[in-house]
Amino acid sequence: MKLLVAVKRVVDYNVKVRVKSDGTGVETANVKMSMNPFDEIGIEEAVRLKEAGTATEVIAISLGVQQCQETIRTALAMGADRGIHVLTDDVLEPLAVAKLMKAIVDKESPDMVILGKQAIDDDANQTGQMLAALLGWPQGTFASKLTANGDSLEVVREVDGGLETIKISLPAVITTDLRLNEPRYASLPNIMKAKKKPIDQMAPADLGVDVTPRLETVSVVEPEKREGGVKVETVAELIDKLQNEAKVI
Amino acid sequence: MAILVVAEHDNDTLKASTLCTIAAAKVLGGDINVLVAGENCGAAAEAAAKCEGVTKALHADGSHLAHQLAEDLAALIVSMAGDYSHILAPASTFGKNVMPRAAALLDVQQVSDITSIEDADTFIRPIYAGNAMAKVKSKDAIKVITVRQTAYDAVAEEGGSGTVEQIGAGEDVAGSEFVGQELSKSDRPELTSARVIISGGRGMQSGDNFPMLEEIADKLGAAVGASRAAVDAGFVPNDYQVGQTGKVVAPELYIAVGISGAIQHLAGMKDSKVIVAINKDEEAPIFQIADYGLVADLFKAVPELNEELGKIEVRK
Repeated sequence: MKLLVAVKRVVDYNVKVRVKSDGTGVETANVKMSMNPFDEIGIEEAVRLKEAGTATEVIAISLGVQQCQETIRTALAMGADRGIHVLTDDVLEPLAVAKLMKAIVDKESPDMVILGKQAIDDDANQTGQMLAALLGWPQGTFASKLTANGDSLEVVREVDGGLETIKISLPAVITTDLRLNEPRYASLPNIMKAKKKPIDQMAPADLGVDVTPRLETVSVVEPEKREGGVKVETVAELIDKLQNEAKVI
Repeated sequence: MAILVVAEHDNDTLKASTLCTIAAAKVLGGDINVLVAGENCGAAAEAAAKCEGVTKALHADGSHLAHQLAEDLAALIVSMAGDYSHILAPASTFGKNVMPRAAALLDVQQVSDITSIEDADTFIRPIYAGNAMAKVKSKDAIKVITVRQTAYDAVAEEGGSGTVEQIGAGEDVAGSEFVGQELSKSDRPELTSARVIISGGRGMQSGDNFPMLEEIADKLGAAVGASRAAVDAGFVPNDYQVGQTGKVVAPELYIAVGISGAIQHLAGMKDSKVIVAINKDEEAPIFQIADYGLVADLFKAVPELNEELGKIEVRK
């Protein structure tokens, strides 16, 4: 089984983002960037499937600026076999990413594509579902457990009310949720080995995809600030405040 | 202009998230049709037609729609899309699963998780876990949108005078089948619609300590939630999770116990009306947004809170 896994370069989850003063976006210059945490889970799952003998090849794909190569290298150090980088400085919306990935899927013919359920920058939660739609493949979103059975896949999904299990036929698109696995740290020897693994580079035009944005970002502003309140000394004081001041209990 | 709201329901009743999405549709103005697709879901369709502001409930019934799998439901939505300027669904796991699939089939860039509607094309949505708010204008002919439930007050479930129209159930798309579900059984309210929530974090130390919070929840008629750290540590299931990657909530009262206040948790609860934090670390970031902070060992404070609440008359 051949697996394609998408990895996005995002502002590290520990960084407190700052809105640019001109209101065009958030400050990303000189900010620590990392692989989107849900995509780490995707790579980990793919590598585990390979280690279990279910998968034969794991390809990591990233789309965006030149530095996305670093994100691909991280995936290679975790155990992916090779990388694909779609190089562009343009802003890519989820629909454009899904179209570009469809073009890659058409070339590579993987049996499964794994993506994170959402990227922690735009929080869109769309790309996997869109890719599945464009391919006409079934989707297993927000997966917390995957079991491959020949030409089908049992997927346990995290839904608002609990868990849902579905069975989907392969090829299919999977998006990862938090509890699917705990991603490994790449070891130093594997980081060194990753430097020798191949990364193919191409441009959106090579794939025949128009990536013109459909959304215009009018402005980006700070959210309304919430002011801290008071400290209370005792539980009794807390209850008194909740009953008589806030009147919520 | 006509608007289609895709209902989240359990075949009998509408979820509160649907009522909030209808409220967002009302802001847009125009005829509001509600798609109720399921199996034997006539009762839910009747309920939708009665909601304030709804002109018509579209009732699609078929065995393949019983669990509203994304493949089937997206195909049905796409087949109807030509009649509408806007297609809305709640930004719940239901809406998040199906709507991008429909959007891609329509060649539309979806606008996710909107919190405000500026005009028919322009919407505000949080990005970076709510640390920035983006105003975006859609150039697509049909707008496909998911709505943040906490940003809109539910419409009244009575008082509408909509009709119910039967429509075809659409194609049974091969490739995906429902196997089963394991829904959390609880007599407590759902997190996303609870008036009061009490949540535990890593400070709870173990899932065995969550019953302390449950006792208080039962006294207050509250739901129990958790931070991602508590879910990661395996204390409680993922459906407890409040935050950027879990549920977004805005109750009247949110009590955060042993939660430090990581950005990603605040993203899910900072719009709560009143926030209480109980944490032994007085430097914890949660205190910067809490209305009432109690610096204390939760293993002393929580039992005391439970005991004190037992002595007084509380509003549920």
